[in-house]
Amino acid sequence: MIPAAFDYVRAGSVEEALAALAEHGDDAKLMAGGHSLIPLMRYRLVTPGVVVDVGNLNGDLRGISVADGTVRVGALTRHSELEHSAELADACPMLAHVASMVGDPAVRHRGTLGGSLAHADPASDLPAAVLALGATLVARGPGGEREIAAADFFTGFLESVLADDEMLTEIRLPVSGGGWNYQKFNRRAQDWAIVGVAVAENAKGVSLVNMGSTPMRATAVEQAVAAGASAVDAAALAADNASPPSDLNGDAEYRGHLARVLTERALKAAGIA
Amino acid sequence: MPANAVRIRLSVNGRSHDLEVEPRTLLVHALRDEIGLTGTNIGCDSSSCGACTILVDGQSAKSCTMLAVQAEGCDITTIEGLADTTDGDGLHPMQQAFHECHGLQCGYCTPGMILASVSLLEEYPDLDEPGVRVGLEGNLCRCTGYHNIVKAVLSAAGKEA
Ligand SMILES: Cc1cc2nc3c(=O)[nH]c(=O)nc-3n(C[C@H](O)[C@H](O)[C@H](O)COP(=O)(O)OP(=O)(O)OC[C@H]3O[C@@H](n4cnc5c(N)ncnc54)[C@H](O)[C@@H]3O)c2cc1C
Ligand code: FES
Ligand code: FES
Repeated sequence: MIPAAFDYVRAGSVEEALAALAEHGDDAKLMAGGHSLIPLMRYRLVTPGVVVDVGNLNGDLRGISVADGTVRVGALTRHSELEHSAELADACPMLAHVASMVGDPAVRHRGTLGGSLAHADPASDLPAAVLALGATLVARGPGGEREIAAADFFTGFLESVLADDEMLTEIRLPVSGGGWNYQKFNRRAQDWAIVGVAVAENAKGVSLVNMGSTPMRATAVEQAVAAGASAVDAAALAADNASPPSDLNGDAEYRGHLARVLTERALKAAGIA
Repeated sequence: MPANAVRIRLSVNGRSHDLEVEPRTLLVHALRDEIGLTGTNIGCDSSSCGACTILVDGQSAKSCTMLAVQAEGCDITTIEGLADTTDGDGLHPMQQAFHECHGLQCGYCTPGMILASVSLLEEYPDLDEPGVRVGLEGNLCRCTGYHNIVKAVLSAAGKEA
């Protein structure tokens, strides 16, 4: 299908993008890679009056740098750039690995980290990664810049704390040395996870994909691991605070089972519990 | 022309095209209906089949999941222009490999499959057979069972299957 008609603004800077968002309010939508937005617009589930394209912004907004124990990733960095970054392979290998699991190569050439986080899909891979890694998200709006802990970012199905006139500009992550693992369970090529589990030792994070209305942390598992529980005992708690969906891929009970099995595998593979 | 049509210049296969399109025009429709390059096929409504795969600045992309306006300033290669990206005057080595390994039956998926494969080898030069299979997961073929497609890509990579 073809999207409903809209006006197109190609932003030449963050300032221009923010000005366009301020001018058009909730009638405007930012577009980065377009790989979540265009499908939604084609199904006419989203019908913005104005699309503000930030996909061509470069500079600090696109790329990876590491200094003083912090990895900074520009919000417009594409999945394939995360996947192939030698700096990231060194400083935060889980993020590079999870990026390599998204969709297929053509999707990874266009989709961006900022877009994947702002889209806030509980079935997406990268939100779970940044949750487990204890990332900080940097947003800019008319009032300036603010930092948001990943744990506070996701508020509901496809919803985040970002205001209509704000834009994500950067994702900051601690340089990670410890064990990590990402389990993505799906049955069709190129598909989203039916359930996924991300585990990162040095942020003490365990997070779940597609186990509720938001990307979420498995806090009961995190606490059990911190208290010295075995992988088997900690993983038994994986679905405790979750309210997974039931759909054609599996019902809630099956997803709970998957979460426990995958969490155990992830904890063991990461060598954490 | 609708009121909000915009003028864009697209660079496709080394030629520049001045178009007037609505912002909502998908790149695949601009290529097929405005420029007349119908080698890029449309196989689905859900960004999942890869029949519409083209190269944008040398990297595979699904042209049904891009707006024509997004592609301004990019170098686009479609199947019609692929052979011209090589020095020889025949087919591109990937096209030649599909031909020799019989990597197609009806041919509907083939333009997308070939362009995805060109990009794949560029991105992952050391691919083995499982790597080719996973790397082409975004391109569906309803005829071949993939076997000869994988053979063709490996043969183009200089690795006999
Ligand atoms: C065939 C296919 C398969 C896929 N498979 C997977 C998969 O297996 N796993 C997975 O995780 N994802 C998958 N995706 C989604 C893909 O990862 C998207 O690229 C990603 O979710 C969105 O990134 P984008 O840059 O394309 O964002 P866009 O589509 O441009 O934007 C998405 C949303 O985020 C907002 N936004 C974008 N950038 C910013 C910003 N900087 N600041 C504030 N708001 C912003 C937009 O307004 C919009 O609401 C798939 C997509 C396709 C088409
Ligand atoms: S037509 Fe583009 S992916 Fe199917
Ligand atoms: S050859 Fe017919 S779909 Fe691939």
